[in-house]
Amino acid sequence: MSEIAFWQGNEAIAYGALAAECRFFGGYPITPSSEIAEILAEELPKRNGRFIQMEDEIAGIAAAIGGSIAGMKSLTATSGPGFSLKQENLGFAYMAEIPLVVVDVMRGGPSTGLPTKAAQQDVMQARWGTHGDHGTICYAPASVQECYEVTIRAFNAAERYRQPVLIMSDEIIGHMREKVVINEIDPSKLVTRKRPTDIPEKFVPYRPDPKDDLPCMASFGDGYTWHITGLTHNDWGFPTNDAQEIDKKMKRLMRKIDRFRDDIVEYETAFTEDAEVLVLAYGSVARSSLRAVHEARNRGIRAGFFRPVTLWPFPDKEVERLARKMKTIIVPELNCGQMVLEVERAVHGKAKVEPLNLVNGELFKPEDILKVIEEVA
Amino acid sequence: MPSQEVFSWLRTRFFPHIWCPGCGHGIIMHSLLRALVALDKKKSQTVIASGIGCSSRMAGYIDACTVHTTHGRSLAFATGIKLAKPELTVVDVMGDGDCTAIGGNHFIHACRRNIDITAVVMNNNIYGMTGGQASPTTPIGSIASTTPFGAIDPSFDICKLAEGAGASYVARATVANPKQAEQFIMKGIQNKGFSVVEIVTHCHTTFGRKNKRRTPIDNIN
Ligand SMILES: Cc1ncc(C[n+]2csc(CCOP(=O)(O)OP(=O)(O)O)c2C)c(N)n1
Ligand code: SF4
Ligand SMILES: [Mg+2]
Repeated sequence: MSEIAFWQGNEAIAYGALAAECRFFGGYPITPSSEIAEILAEELPKRNGRFIQMEDEIAGIAAAIGGSIAGMKSLTATSGPGFSLKQENLGFAYMAEIPLVVVDVMRGGPSTGLPTKAAQQDVMQARWGTHGDHGTICYAPASVQECYEVTIRAFNAAERYRQPVLIMSDEIIGHMREKVVINEIDPSKLVTRKRPTDIPEKFVPYRPDPKDDLPCMASFGDGYTWHITGLTHNDWGFPTNDAQEIDKKMKRLMRKIDRFRDDIVEYETAFTEDAEVLVLAYGSVARSSLRAVHEARNRGIRAGFFRPVTLWPFPDKEVERLARKMKTIIVPELNCGQMVLEVERAVHGKAKVEPLNLVNGELFKPEDILKVIEEVA
Repeated sequence: MPSQEVFSWLRTRFFPHIWCPGCGHGIIMHSLLRALVALDKKKSQTVIASGIGCSSRMAGYIDACTVHTTHGRSLAFATGIKLAKPELTVVDVMGDGDCTAIGGNHFIHACRRNIDITAVVMNNNIYGMTGGQASPTTPIGSIASTTPFGAIDPSFDICKLAEGAGASYVARATVANPKQAEQFIMKGIQNKGFSVVEIVTHCHTTFGRKNKRRTPIDNIN
């Protein structure tokens, strides 16, 4: 059975979170993300969930991490300035391996910037915003339908890999209304963190399961005592200065993503078979890009389209394979050129990479992108 | 020597601890553990949250559900835990810098919400862990590594701050009277609301050395 809704992207994220069995939200209001908090303030209490508006974004993510430690699937949502404030505790969740979903509905920056205008200026912050090395899982939805679906997958990834997962939406996607088909959720498709099976006396909180190299997770209150810290720690969760133990922890953190990279990476392509010019775009910009590619095809140009759904892990192998057949890859972004660096890394000189940037608060019109396709074709 | 019951709350496998010989934080940990034992708390139903500082290392040494968070933010984490599982006993142990400087905003809002958490604030008037820089409770005129000519800013009165912000149980003890500290912590935990127990202690290693109070006793007198 499926239902039809007419939602904004932010609504779809809120309802996607509920469908994924998220039961805790901690946050602080900020445009253009506040609808997510407002909807959850209303809906969570009806499902025995918890909602709390904290004193700032630092506390918002901290409370959400606390909710997760106590066993609830947890979410926090924000925009630009709030995303900056969340970075320190985001790092805590990476180090302590706490499942959590963090949404950034991007607006123009730096600083207070453009609260009501769309941008994609935080995408590198999603990768490197918090200090220290860590692997990143980050989704960039391009439609309201995808906001709903990606949110469910983000919770699944957070629970499975025991780490925070980011959703980088933007002001256009967040506030645009579209038809959404809500399919009934198959409960077996929802991932919940692996619980320990050892008796409390034998429980080693960060010892990975030899089967998948991922540790299980107890919740506070369910019979186990254990220590959580942001300090680099050993399998017991206790701070360590031992080079071997440090190395082991850091390598395992990175391996989580490397090992499961192919399971996590998502992308969409169109007309790539015989294409010579590829437009690579994500989020709202992918919408004008696809339209431009259609138009180029109408004019007889062999244009193709590639859309990373996961910005990280970046679909680098897939882009590299396509690059071998392309003359030029155009990368339109609502920033001064961020993901284009990742594209250049993947392409490694096999095709010409052409950035196309816009940071005046406006959106790309399909004509703007078409013009560049025609120039390079 | 701690009683057998108190001893069972220690993670001795993680010893030696990091505290300097003579530090007051261990005395406070003992008071807290006696309070938990006296109240017949279960380790797996007790949460000890902390921030960052010498004082905050306490969380690691206690065999309970312990979370050593980020500097100043522990009350926000603890709020999330308590909200998700109200049946848990939640104690938040922190230093004066952790509580009143970087964590000041979280502290007053935890007081305002009057959520059922007990904050044990170990006030040694200094940033001990980072080597003796001034904190918001460093008394005017005292020497710290960042106030070489004496602190010029007035200091916070943690209890008045907590009371004004809405905490429903507020008490102050010193490490010179650990039995009283234990009793206040017990009352704090029993209070259904936000409780603040300030325990005045010393950091002879940094504050004491610079202010000619070389022994723990010089600091408390
Ligand atoms: C964001 C951040 N800023 C600064 C520090 C460095 N730092 C660690 S502990 C500390 C002060 C601790 O003082 P207090 O809370 O009074 O605890 P004490 O060591 O005196 O017990 C500071 C500034 C940090 N860890 N994180
Ligand atoms: S530096 Fe000061 S506060 Fe830290 S352990 Fe030593 S005496 Fe205690
Ligand atoms: Mg101190």
